[in-house]
This record gives sequence, C-alpha cells and structure tokens, in this order.
Amino acid sequence: MENFDVIVLGAGAAGLTAGIYLSRSRMKTLILDTGVVGGQINLTHKVANYPGTGEISGRDLALNMKDQAREFGCKIISQADIIKMDLNSDIKTFEVDDEGIFSSKAVIIATGGKPRELGLESEKKFKGTGISWCATCDGDFFTGKDIAVIGGGNSALEEAVELTKYANHVTIIHEFDHFQAYPWAVEEARNNNKISFLMEQTVTGFTGDEKLSGVRSTHKITGEETVTPVEGTFIFIGYIPNTEAFHGASFLNDRGEIITDESMSTNVPGLFAAGDVRQKRYRQITTAVSDGTIAALSSINYIHSKH
Amino acid sequence: MLRTNLPHLESIDDFKTMLESGKKFAVVCGRMGPMCIPVYDAMENLQPKYEDIKLMDMNFDGPTAAKTIRALPETRNFNGLPFTVYFNEGKVVAATSSIQTKAQIKEILNSKMQ
Repeated sequence: MENFDVIVLGAGAAGLTAGIYLSRSRMKTLILDTGVVGGQINLTHKVANYPGTGEISGRDLALNMKDQAREFGCKIISQADIIKMDLNSDIKTFEVDDEGIFSSKAVIIATGGKPRELGLESEKKFKGTGISWCATCDGDFFTGKDIAVIGGGNSALEEAVELTKYANHVTIIHEFDHFQAYPWAVEEARNNNKISFLMEQTVTGFTGDEKLSGVRSTHKITGEETVTPVEGTFIFIGYIPNTEAFHGASFLNDRGEIITDESMSTNVPGLFAAGDVRQKRYRQITTAVSDGTIAALSSINYIHSKH
Repeated sequence: MLRTNLPHLESIDDFKTMLESGKKFAVVCGRMGPMCIPVYDAMENLQPKYEDIKLMDMNFDGPTAAKTIRALPETRNFNGLPFTVYFNEGKVVAATSSIQTKAQIKEILNSKMQ
C-alpha cells in the first residue's frame, strides 16, 4: 500500500488546483482520474474569460495546470479503474486496478460532471452516426448539411453559432419559450441568418435507419408534433454530477450533487468536495479553481488538527 | 502525426502489411480533440495488458485514413470522432464511432479479439 496525505479524485480544474496547492504545501498528494486529465475543460474550444491567460484552448489550459501540479511533486494517475474504496474510515483507502492500493488521511472529491443526455433509446442508437455532444470535434462532418442543436443555455447558443461555420442551417430546439443563455449569446444567435428556432418543444425521439434523418418533438402546449429533418444533432442540455460511485451516500442531495459547507467539507470527517460535483449555482472554471483551493487548504487544516 | 504514445499507422502499405499479417490490431483514427484524446489515453493504458493485440492510431485528416479506415464499409455512417476499428485475422470484428470509455474498449478487446 502506498500512503498519501491527500488523495484527490478527479483531474479537472478543481482537482488539479487542489493538487497544486497541496503539493506546494509539501502534502504528499495523489490525483486519481477515471478519465483523462482536464475533464470538461477539454471540451472547451476556446477559453476567453479565465483571468491572466488571454484566449487559450481548454486543452492547453488543462495541460498547463497538470504540468504545474506535477512540478510541485503531485502524482497523477489517469484512466484509473477504482475497484474498491473506503471513505468513511479515518484512513481512506482506494484499490485501483493494475496500480495497487492507496491510502490517505483526507480525500477531495472533484469528479466534475458530464454532459446530460436526453435519455431516449433512439439517442443511443445515433451516437456517433448523427448525434454528438462536441461541436469542436464533429462539426465538420456536417458541412453543408442541416442540423439541430438541442438546448437553450450558453453552450447551446454559442455552439449553434459556431456550427453555422459548417452547417447549411441550424435549428435550435428548446423546451421553454425563452433562453437561459446570456443576452449577448441570444442576440448573436438571433442575428445569424443560418439559425432558426423551435421553441417550447419536448424532444421525443430521433428518426432514421442507419443514419440520423430527423428530430421528433412535440409542442409543450398544443401537442403538435414536428419532425425536423436533419442529418446531425448536437445536444447541450447541461451537465450531471459524476457521483454514481457514491450512490446512496449521506453527502449527496437528490440531484446527486455533493453537499458541502463553505470550507468544502462534507458531513464525513476528512472528506471534502470541490468543483462542478458540488451543490452550487455557478459552474465555471474560475469557480472550480476557487473550490479546489479552499478544499486543499481545508484538508491541510484537517490533517494538522487530527494527525 | 498525432501527439500520442501509440504507434502510428502512417502509410497505406503499413496498413496492408498489418492486415495481411492476420495479426490482431486496433486503430484509433482521430485528431487531437477532446473526444479522441481519452480514447488514445485508454489504449495506451490498456496496451501492456493486451500484448497480443497491437493498439495503434492514425491521423484522421491524412491521406492514409481516407483510403483505409475512412473507406471501410463499417465506418460509412460514422459521424463522430474518433473512428476505432478492431481487426482480427484480416477482418473487421468491431468498429465504434465517437468517444469510448476504457471499460467499453476492454469489453470489445475481451469479447471480439480473443
């Protein structure tokens, strides 16, 4: 068994920031991530509002954070298959497939979130053959074609505008009669003559044989059914927290988010949470970084007071 | 060339050699994007466990991909990066489009490549 002061679960903005602060404070720190370093930052084509960096790609920002954490001595394991964990004991333990058993005095959960899916059977069928969650990755497959964007937040509207660089036409399908996005994002989409809007819709399914051919939706008030003929659909309807591994835990709310106090402590001694996985209103890279900092400092205090 | 630690399949001749050898191999055909990087990473991670299967990558935008992976009937309807194609005894035994988890890749390696 390899012993650490703190184990951080998740290598997104919150987890890497915690790793930087902990390692710099000479805490022996391990970051375990079930995916790749960077988390959701990797999905962001351009980050324009992170202070001090100017415009930077999400991937580059993530790699900078990783390098900074490593320079201070933080150990990072990505693609970690956590087979077993004990978060409730004084000394927390993790068994990771192919890597071994790791223990720590404190744990910070910073597992972030993942794109929300509609949960329709036909959505699974067309994953990779018409339905995508990443405009940066798959936008050019739809050059000259008609596509749909589902959602009404900032991501949906910004990506819809981005996708007009490739697509012939973009139909934004949204469940309400208004958008949740910032006014400037709405204005930009409304001013784009390649974008049209289908409001107050419930998406009920996707049509097509081998490839996607349309989005089926019904009007929420009139019940009128519409099939929007498209060859591609991008879904941006928010995120859900990555907390399946903690199902049933006392620190989760009914949406699966982790409840913490302002020091990022959960109701389990020595267990902290940071970033998008927490119950909170604003989810930005900057707020994740802030959470990661607070969680790191709180876990250091906890270790000093207990051990 | 992709910035990964996987061996790169760069020419049509190399691809044909692999295919004609009858060896087990998988090719992740993509770019350096957020849906592709996790798949390369998973393959790099899994390679030591599957010594009899060669896990490789290929640049999606290169001429080799256009005439090999992207020209396969199995990838004809794919619209999500990366395209991952698994070969055994010269034949395609599985193909996936878009991001896959390490567990999903393991499942294919265990069920279709043994």
